[in-house]
Amino acid sequence: MKHLRSIDELGLDGLSRLLDLTEHMAEVNRRPNPKVPALRGKTVCNVFFEDSTRTRLSFETAAKRLSADTMTFAVGSSSLNKGESLRDTIETIGAMGVDAFVVRHGSSGVPWQVSDWTSGSVVNAGDGWHEHPTQALLDCFTIRTALGRSDGFDGLHIAIVGDIKHSRVARSDIAAFTALGAAVTLVAPRTLLPPAVDDLDVTVVDDLDEVIADIDVLYLLRMQRERMREALVPSLREYTSRFGLTPARARRLGEHALVMHPGPMNRGVEMAVDPSELPGSVITQQVTNGIAVRMAVLFDLLGSGPRPPVEPRPEEETS
Amino acid sequence: MKNDKQVLGPDDVRRATTRMAHEIIERNRGLDGVMLVGLQRGGVWLAEQLGAEIARIEHPVPVGSVDASLHRDDIGLRPVSPGSVSEIPDGIDGSVVVLVDDVLFTGRTVRAALDAIGEYGRPRAVQLAVMVDRGHRELPIRPDFVGKNLPTSLDEDVRVTIDGVAISGTGMSGGSS
Amino acid sequence: MNTRAEQHRDGGGGGGGDVVITGGRLIDQSGERVGDVRVSGGLITEVGEGLTGERVLDASGCVVSPGFVDLHVHLREPGKEEAETIETGSRAAALGGFTAVVAMPNTDPAQDSVSVVDFVRRQGERAGLCEVLPSGCITVGRAGEQLAPFAELADAGVRLFTDDGSGVQDPLLMRRALEYSLGLGITLAQHCEVARLTEGAVMHEGSCCSRLGLPGWPAIAEELMLHRDIELVRLTGASMHFLHLSTARSVSMVRAAKSDGLPVTAEATPHHLSLTDEQLSGYSPIFKVTPPLRTMADIEAIRAGVADGTIDAIATDHAPHAPETKELPLDQAPPGMLGLETALGVSLACLDMPVADVVAALSWKPAAIAGVADRHGRPIATGEPANLTVFDPDVEWEVVPAQLASKSRNTPYVGQRLRGRVRHTVFLGDPVVLDGVPQR
Repeated sequence: MKHLRSIDELGLDGLSRLLDLTEHMAEVNRRPNPKVPALRGKTVCNVFFEDSTRTRLSFETAAKRLSADTMTFAVGSSSLNKGESLRDTIETIGAMGVDAFVVRHGSSGVPWQVSDWTSGSVVNAGDGWHEHPTQALLDCFTIRTALGRSDGFDGLHIAIVGDIKHSRVARSDIAAFTALGAAVTLVAPRTLLPPAVDDLDVTVVDDLDEVIADIDVLYLLRMQRERMREALVPSLREYTSRFGLTPARARRLGEHALVMHPGPMNRGVEMAVDPSELPGSVITQQVTNGIAVRMAVLFDLLGSGPRPPVEPRPEEETS
Repeated sequence: MKNDKQVLGPDDVRRATTRMAHEIIERNRGLDGVMLVGLQRGGVWLAEQLGAEIARIEHPVPVGSVDASLHRDDIGLRPVSPGSVSEIPDGIDGSVVVLVDDVLFTGRTVRAALDAIGEYGRPRAVQLAVMVDRGHRELPIRPDFVGKNLPTSLDEDVRVTIDGVAISGTGMSGGSS
Repeated sequence: MNTRAEQHRDGGGGGGGDVVITGGRLIDQSGERVGDVRVSGGLITEVGEGLTGERVLDASGCVVSPGFVDLHVHLREPGKEEAETIETGSRAAALGGFTAVVAMPNTDPAQDSVSVVDFVRRQGERAGLCEVLPSGCITVGRAGEQLAPFAELADAGVRLFTDDGSGVQDPLLMRRALEYSLGLGITLAQHCEVARLTEGAVMHEGSCCSRLGLPGWPAIAEELMLHRDIELVRLTGASMHFLHLSTARSVSMVRAAKSDGLPVTAEATPHHLSLTDEQLSGYSPIFKVTPPLRTMADIEAIRAGVADGTIDAIATDHAPHAPETKELPLDQAPPGMLGLETALGVSLACLDMPVADVVAALSWKPAAIAGVADRHGRPIATGEPANLTVFDPDVEWEVVPAQLASKSRNTPYVGQRLRGRVRHTVFLGDPVVLDGVPQR
């Protein structure tokens, strides 16, 4: 694997391989000294054009636990438009000797552009509305661990609730959950769904109460406050009453059902209960698992050598 | 074409295991603080066999496993194929760890395993038990307990299972087939 | 093929002496025949067989047609000379077989005053590679608030008015503009886009944009304004031209308007005849364009529209952008792609219709819309202005960005093989392109 830019690109094999590798990294993280020399001499550069302290810290910790050197290039999205171009930035940092760029950008597709300008690996740490593949991996790992499903998600029913249209988390999660065999239901008003939602391998409902009792995983997305100005929902109060996890809905959740959120949460909006009082909440495990997943990704990108030569094909033998 | 040559049979392996178990008990005078740690993946079954023999002869000792893949010195030079997750028994500080592997070759895996073990604590001593020592060491590492010393050439492949030990050549010495 | 040597002897272009184009298939509005054409003093002086002259342009295996007219180019001068100048754009036009191009008004300053349009026209004359026809703005500064001085600009020779780059959003203003245009002998041209529906949009709204997580530019944004303006044409009786139509429904709306007898015309670009939104899958800003690349169904509808004449003209919407701007993230990169040098090759490759019909959509039909039918897109006949294009309709060639004459490199056809390429272009009797090489 050269880059991790999207779950689509990774495919089911890559997804399974990384989740297995994450088990290893989780074990490393349980050690008294959670650090291994695996990536000594490698340099990982976090290039965050959009502020995300938690994701950046998670990647930084992951790189350090593998003994890689880390650099951080953080720019506010406002200063991006002025001065140095994206390409110059990447080429300049690349000239310092970087083995992997971890890129977060507010615009979809930037990791693809960056990979044209560097010989190093590119990890997508979130691009626009498009994808956030390490979030999907950590979500899958969390479900796999919490429900004991290392064999895949066949038969699991996962509901993703909220602003799917603008969510890179949702786009990556849909791809990963369905690839692993889960049935995914999207719960949102039409205004918060992508335009061609029918082309996705999902069920769509606009009533959370219709499905809440039947699901194994309730995945709540963050409701951005600016969506109100864009006339996508009338008010946060109305959003909460239709799509929020209220105490009444929490009571209807199945006994084993997990509650997940990519963070940061809007308390009182999509999360209208105290998550610490939800027995099925695995939100803090998501954060913890984020480090192991990102270790697995970095190790897979930088620690794996060339594959053994492919067996000669039959037609070559006959010649 | 590979040509396999059986060197030890299942009975030989069983007898060697029993002998090594006796040697471990003898060397450690009553097994005080001894634990067996098999190297993922080839050493794990042997550690379990040795553990069973020791339990039969004397009394049970903790048996665990260690995966050294993240401590190797050839990371980036070959594909990653992580074994299973390490399971180190509790109380490693002050204990005697007997590292167990199927084949001792260059010594690099053992070196990585020593580093890995060190991440969990500070054993009083570490000893090494292997079923086959095939020579060609690249590091100053020496086994304490050996099932069979087996001279090999560099291009040969040694496979050890509970059913025996086999050498497969790569055809360099075998001529045309 | 000794024309280049002769060119050296001649001292580099200029109308000196006869030029004879021999052995080509002559295609114009009167049909097709084989013959030679003698050009002298900027005019066609003889059409016949076995003609000889001082300079011979070999046209064997080629089509000789009236020069092409592009209703829609962005030459970027004044204001963005780092992307294109009128000279480099004119050279690209000549290489593409165009003898006249309509320069869009979204320059800086915008073409909303006589001084700016005069500047553009003079720069075109100075380059001397084709006729540069400045368009005028519909509103001052293209701000959509106040009408530009149509009559003054018409007196200065402007025939096509548009705020291209954006559509005129205000329906009242658009109605007034159409009413005021009556009797001035001008045509208003609309860039159909309801801006509120395309805020932040990067690509066609559909399955592909959902997958790529890019903000969508819905077809309805074009169709809503097109519908409004067709109804305003019905109300006012003024004529109107629709720029770069991109959707299947747009084509059927124009078809219906024409069958109602309304004075409307329409154009489509080569890229909307050939490329789909799937091109954006690799996130290259080269494929970002307004209106966006759409689906195969849209492409087929537009091709059918060209074939049945609903779409009158193929216009390139040649939109050069400096390389660094096409390296911005997709949502920040400017929309637009090069078109002049690839228009013929793309059109011939993807339109399944007689060469004569493709030539009509590239030459005399757009010439009429641009108001230059007195000198461009004329029949190949004695006494007519010698604006001619000679092209090989069958030759295959590969697009290499570094070989383009445009100052920019943002062609979407990199490495693609096109069919049909211009061999010679004669502008006012002057062979400005010989054997695919610009002469100035």
